[in-house]
Amino acid sequence: MDWRRFSFIGIIIILLFGVVVLIGGEQISPLIIISSMLATTLSVATPLTLGALSGIFCERAGVVNIGIEGMMLAAAFFGWLASIYMNSIFEYSPAISLTIGVLAAILTGGLFALLHAWLSITFKVDQIIGGTVINILAIGVTGFLNRQLFFDKGSIFGGNVPHAPGLLPTLSKALTVLCSGAQGCGGLPSLIAGTIFDQKPVAISAILLVIVANYVLFNTRWGLRTRAVGEHPKAADTVGIDVRRVRYINVVIGGMLAGLAGAYFTIESVPSFEPLMTNGRGFIALAAMIFGNWTPFGAWAAALVFGASQALQINLQFFRESIPPAWAFLQQSYVVGLAPYILTMLILTGVIGKTTPPAADGQPYEK
Amino acid sequence: MAEKSLTLEMRGITKNFPGVLANDQVDFDLREGEIHALLGENGAGKSTLMNILYGLYQAEAGEIKIGTEALHLDSPRDAIRHGIGMVHQHFMLIPVFSVTENIMLGAETDHRAAPNDSPLVRLDRREVARRVQQLSQEYGLEVDPKAIVGDLPVGVQQRVEIVKALYRQARILILDEPTAVLTPQEADDLFRIVHKLTQRGVSVIFITHKLKEVLAIADRITVMRGGKVVGTTTPQETNENQLAAMMVGREVILKVEKSPAHPTSQVLEVDHLHVRDVRGLEAVRGISFNVRAGEILGIAGVQGNGQTELVEALTGLRRCESGTIKLQNHDLTGKTPRAFTETGLAHIPEDRQRHGLVLSYTIADNLVLCDYYKPPFGLRGVIQQQSLDSHARQLIQDFDIRTPSPYIATGKLSGGNQQKVIVARELSRPVQLVIANQPTRGLDVGSIEYIHKEIIAMRDRGVAVLLVSAELDEIMSLADRIAVIYHGQLVTTVNTTAVTREQLGLWMAGAQPETTA
Repeated sequence: MDWRRFSFIGIIIILLFGVVVLIGGEQISPLIIISSMLATTLSVATPLTLGALSGIFCERAGVVNIGIEGMMLAAAFFGWLASIYMNSIFEYSPAISLTIGVLAAILTGGLFALLHAWLSITFKVDQIIGGTVINILAIGVTGFLNRQLFFDKGSIFGGNVPHAPGLLPTLSKALTVLCSGAQGCGGLPSLIAGTIFDQKPVAISAILLVIVANYVLFNTRWGLRTRAVGEHPKAADTVGIDVRRVRYINVVIGGMLAGLAGAYFTIESVPSFEPLMTNGRGFIALAAMIFGNWTPFGAWAAALVFGASQALQINLQFFRESIPPAWAFLQQSYVVGLAPYILTMLILTGVIGKTTPPAADGQPYEK
Repeated sequence: MAEKSLTLEMRGITKNFPGVLANDQVDFDLREGEIHALLGENGAGKSTLMNILYGLYQAEAGEIKIGTEALHLDSPRDAIRHGIGMVHQHFMLIPVFSVTENIMLGAETDHRAAPNDSPLVRLDRREVARRVQQLSQEYGLEVDPKAIVGDLPVGVQQRVEIVKALYRQARILILDEPTAVLTPQEADDLFRIVHKLTQRGVSVIFITHKLKEVLAIADRITVMRGGKVVGTTTPQETNENQLAAMMVGREVILKVEKSPAHPTSQVLEVDHLHVRDVRGLEAVRGISFNVRAGEILGIAGVQGNGQTELVEALTGLRRCESGTIKLQNHDLTGKTPRAFTETGLAHIPEDRQRHGLVLSYTIADNLVLCDYYKPPFGLRGVIQQQSLDSHARQLIQDFDIRTPSPYIATGKLSGGNQQKVIVARELSRPVQLVIANQPTRGLDVGSIEYIHKEIIAMRDRGVAVLLVSAELDEIMSLADRIAVIYHGQLVTTVNTTAVTREQLGLWMAGAQPETTA
C-alpha cells in the first residue's frame, strides 16, 4: 500500500464530505455534519473492513475465498438466532444474550470456513466453486430455517417472531453502565457520547483488528509463514513449514472475522434478520481487499471510501430540499444510491493502477 | 593425505513412483569436506535420491546414516536438524520477501539462545540481518540482507540459498543442477564459493549432467542411470567420453562431426535493426548481419544482451523500431509470424514449454501448429484427422520421438522428447532458414547429440542456420561463423576456426576487438 493510493482515498473521502457540507452547511454547522458523516462512514465500513480482513487472511495463505458473503449471511442469522434463544427461551439478560449471539456468529463463520478449507485444501476443489457452494448454502440454509422456525404454523416460535434482546450498546452507554458501579469515571461517558468515537463494539473491534492483523501479518512468525505459504508453498515446505496446517488455520481465522462481520448486521445494526440482508457486502469487501493490495490498512482505507459514499447517500436524502437546482440530478435517490457501486467499479478498473495478489493465491498445494 | 572420514552413508535406497522405479538399491556416501558429484541424465534418479536425503520423499527401503546415527527423515525439518541443506534447481525463495525474511523463514527464532515456539513471536529482522551479514563475510558470499529477492540476479539468489542453508548450520550441502541457470562467470564464482565451503568442513553433493564441470570441481563422481548407480570414480581416473558412456549406457560422440561449410546465396539479411524489450528499453541497438545458405551463424553472448529480442524480431513476434529484415529477398519487416513461416522460416524457440508447444495438446496437434490451415491438414476450415494421424506417425518415426502414442498430451513427454516434437515440426517443413535459440538448454547428453546432428544435417542440405546460444561450447562446435553480441550490438563476426574460447569470452564480456577482421 503506497502513499499514492492512500492520498487518492483521502481525496475521495474529502470530496464526498465536501459535497454534503456544501449542500447542508447553511442549515447545520459543518462540524456536526462532518462528525455525523464520519460516524456513519465508520459504522457502514465495519462489515466491509472485517470482510476484507477475512479475505486477507485467506488469500495471504493462498486460498481464495469468495464465500465471505455467505459466511457473513449465515453468521448474521445464527448469531441473531442464538441471541433470541438465549433471551426468550433461556431467559438470560439482554447483555449476555447479545454477547452469546456475537460468539455464535463468530463460530458460524469459523465452521463455514472450515467447510471451505476442507473442500479447497484437503479435496483441492476449485476454490471459486467452493466459495460459491458456501454462498448458495448460506442463502438456502438461512432462508429455509428463517421460514421454518418463525413463520411456519407448527414452528418452534409458532408463527411469532419473538423480540430480539435489542442491540449492542454504543461505547458511551456501555461506559455509563459500567461506571454506575465504579467511582471516578463519571466524566468519561459524556466525553465520548455524541462524537464520532461513540461507536458500537463490533465497529470498534474492526478498527482494532485492522491494527492487530497488520502486526500479525508483517511482524510475527505466524504472519511470515502465512505469507510464505501464499506466495510459494513449496519453498515453505522445504524449510519445514506445514503448508496445509497454516492454510487451514488462516482460512478458519478468516471465517471467524467474516462471522464477526455477520454479527454487525443483526446484533449491532438492526435487531432482526431478513433473507439476503448482507446484500453483496462480502463481495464489496473483496473489492476493498484487492484495492488495498491485500494489506489491512489499505483494505480499511478502501472500506472507508465505500462507507463514506454510503454516508453521502444517507445525508443527501436528509438535505434533499436544499440541493441547488444546478445539481438537481442528486435529488434522484437512485443516483446517490448507485454511488458506492460506481465507485467500486471506477476504483477497480484501474484508477489506482496494478495490484499484486499473493503468487500462489487460489492454487492447491501438491507435494 | 589420509582418507577423510565418512559423514553420510546411504545404503540400498529404493523408491517407487507409480510406474517408475526411481531409485533401485542405491548406495551413496559422502566424506567430510569433499565435493561428491552425482552425475546422470534427466530422469536418472539423482533428484529423487537427494529429495529422499532432504526428507521431501520417503524411501521404501534402505537406510541413511550420519556418522553412526541412523536417520529417520520424515520431512525437511528432520533433515535440517541433522545439518543437511539443499539448494534446489528451481530456487525455493519467495521473490517478494527480503533476503533476511527468506533466510529466517522456518527458523525465525533460531538466533536466540532459547528458541521461542509461540506463533506470535515478533520477528527480529535486524538481528537476523546482522547474522546474515556475518555469514556472508565469513564465506565470501556477498548478499545484501535488505534486498528484495525478486530484484536480484539468479547468481545472487543462489548465494542467498546457500546462506540460507549455512544459517541453519548445514554440514552437508546438496546443490541440485546449480549451474543450469548461471552464466559462465557466475558459475566460476560458484565454484570458488564451493571450494571455500569445503575448506571449512562442509561436504557438498553436486548434482549435474554437465561433464566438464564434474571433472573440474569434483573429488569423487558417482554416475546414475535408470535409477541405479552405474559406478563411482574420480576425475583423475576418468574422462569426458567415459563419463558420457556411463551416463547414457552407450558410446556417445561428444565432438560434433562436421565437414567444412559450403555457403552459397544470402538467405537472411538484417540491416540496422533496432528493437525494444518489454519494458520499452532499447534491447537491440543497430544490428546488421547476414546468413547464407549452407552455413551456421552462431550468436554468442551472455544471456540478456538482446538475444531474446533479436530472435523475436527475426521471427515476427516483436515489432522492430527501425531497420529491415529480408528473408529470401522478401522484405518481411513488420510482417506477421505466419508471413515469416510461409517464406521459409523454422523457429526453435528459447522456451520450449511456453513458446514452442501447447503442452496440453496432443503430439499430433503440436506437429501441425504451423500448417494446420493448409491442405492436406485443413480442408475448407475442417481439420483432416487422417492426414494429421499419418503425418504424426511419420514424424514420430523419422525424428525418433519416444512416445506410446501420437495422442498423449505433449506436456507428458520428457524435455528431450518435447524438443524433438518442435524440431520435427519445424525441420520437416520446406524451409530455407532455421533460427534456433538455445536449442539444447536443459537437455540430456543423448538429446543434445541428436539435436546437434539435425542442425548440421539441415546446413548440409543447403539451409541457412542462425544459432543463438549461451553455451560457448555449443557455438564453438556447431557454428561456421560466430557473431558476438554485447549490450544489443554485435561486437564482431569471426570465422570459428580463427578464434579461441578465451578470446570469445573476452568479447562476450564487452572487450573491443583490436583489429577489424
